[in-house]
Amino acid sequence: MTAARSARKGTLVAVISTLVVATLLAIAIGSSPSWPVVQKAFFDGTYFSTSLPDVIDAFFINIQLFVLAEMLILPIGLLIALARSVTSPALAPLRIFATIYTDFFRGVPSILLIYVLGFGVPALRLPGVPSEPFFWALVTLVLIYSAYVSEVYRAGIESIHPSQERAARALGLSRLQALRYVVLPQALRRVVPPLLNDFIGLQKDTALVSILGVVEAFKQAQILKSANFNFTPLMTTALIFLVITIPMTRLVDRLAAKDRAAQQGGAR
Amino acid sequence: MARTTTKQAAEPVLELRGVSKRYGRALVLDKIDLTLAEHEVVCLIGASGSGKSTLLRCADLLEPIDAGSITLEGRAVSADDRDADATRRQLGIVFQGFSLFPHLTALENVALAPRVALGLTAAAAEKRARALLKQLGLAAKANAYPDSLSGGQQQRVAIARALATEPKVLLLDEITSALDPVLVAEVLEALRALAKGGATMLIATHEMAFAADVADRICYLEGGRIIEHGTPGQIFGAPRDARTRAFLKRVRSVGASALR
Ligand SMILES: Nc1ncnc2c1ncn2[C@@H]1O[C@H](COP(=O)(O)OP(=O)(O)OP(=O)(O)O)[C@@H](O)[C@H]1O
Ligand SMILES: [Mg+2]
Repeated sequence: MTAARSARKGTLVAVISTLVVATLLAIAIGSSPSWPVVQKAFFDGTYFSTSLPDVIDAFFINIQLFVLAEMLILPIGLLIALARSVTSPALAPLRIFATIYTDFFRGVPSILLIYVLGFGVPALRLPGVPSEPFFWALVTLVLIYSAYVSEVYRAGIESIHPSQERAARALGLSRLQALRYVVLPQALRRVVPPLLNDFIGLQKDTALVSILGVVEAFKQAQILKSANFNFTPLMTTALIFLVITIPMTRLVDRLAAKDRAAQQGGAR
Repeated sequence: MARTTTKQAAEPVLELRGVSKRYGRALVLDKIDLTLAEHEVVCLIGASGSGKSTLLRCADLLEPIDAGSITLEGRAVSADDRDADATRRQLGIVFQGFSLFPHLTALENVALAPRVALGLTAAAAEKRARALLKQLGLAAKANAYPDSLSGGQQQRVAIARALATEPKVLLLDEITSALDPVLVAEVLEALRALAKGGATMLIATHEMAFAADVADRICYLEGGRIIEHGTPGQIFGAPRDARTRAFLKRVRSVGASALR
């Protein structure tokens, strides 16, 4: 009872203080002498409603891009993570390759890779190699994010106490069976929140492929901006991205909180 | 010990000959000779650091040895063998710190090795797992996850899990040392039942009363060597070696728990 009441009181205080701060901020910005000009350039109601359908249309390209990319990144990232954790000396080249791969793709700015792969490789005119910008945009995002995601997987695998693998091995399971039935099922459960975090980054980064001429939401907004000399379409695009990423961010927070609670309770 | 007479004639199941093990420069096991006959229960006693756990880990092929040989039912085995996994299935081991798999129920914990490592069908593995859980008094807990089981129940699930591949020998390393006295009794009772059922066991323990009760033979270890071995009556009643006498005197004066 009292807990519920104090929680309600807490919410009320939070709402009021947020409103006060927001109002003060609005007054401060609105009182700036150049605000009307900025408002006209960035937050114009008419331009917003006319750009919305076009930007949404183009956003389907972003969706296609990140859904396809995610489907490829999940298994590829796992394979790279596994390659990095092999211990057998015979497979050392595999481990070294995977290490170089993650170091390289995490270290180079995404936009640079998109330039090089998106313009450079098609320019080679290799027979049988596609030259569509969408294809190269997809390849680049998959290459970069597989490196990030493999690190997430690896951290998850390493977070499982070695006694788990030892127990499995003592039962006569092979190293691969121990991984498959004991280590991975536990690790995968733990990596869901950080994995989703990386995917939020990926979804935002689909805007980068606009430099290859793929008409996705951001490129579409730029086209509209240039046509009308008004920045509002860019704000429209920002809004659409937020509509997708904010619920995902909240989901990540909730899953992470649940994980923490479970771990504190000594639960699974 | 009514069974002792029949046991002497039994063929050795597990045999360690001149087994030595080093960690870096430290000689942790020094030419260990130990034979385990079928249905025999041998307890390893000795102070902390005497090499009991190392001996069990080496016998289970979890650690390579530096010298000597290990024979399982007449066949030379080694941790470096290609088929060491297959050998390990014939040896069951339970450690104090050998946690259960937290993402699997008690039943799934026990059924995993028969299904995955032995290739039994899911139904056959489950049937075997249920029988083992029942044998250890855990039939009602089959679908419980480890974190909802008491320490004693968890340890019994671990024993059932180790028995699930029908090992020739069960190796147990101080599996009661993290439990409170009531739970200790419950786990020791389960082991007594296994011993009565004819299981072959090698047990490292600090529970002298239990060792005296369940063991056919006691080995006293010190500095990685078996100083003395004999029947519980002989070791506890008339220890021959001065070091054994000193150890037992210390155990009796400080109580077993202080040795950990
Ligand atoms: N992985 C390891 N690396 C280095 N030294 C080790 C390792 N494992 C054990 N030792 C050393 O080997 C010796 C024997 O250890 P072991 O764990 O076998 O003793 P124990 O008889 O089981 O002791 P306790 O009764 O405390 O369990 C100890 O001196 C220990 O420090
Ligand atoms: Mg020990």
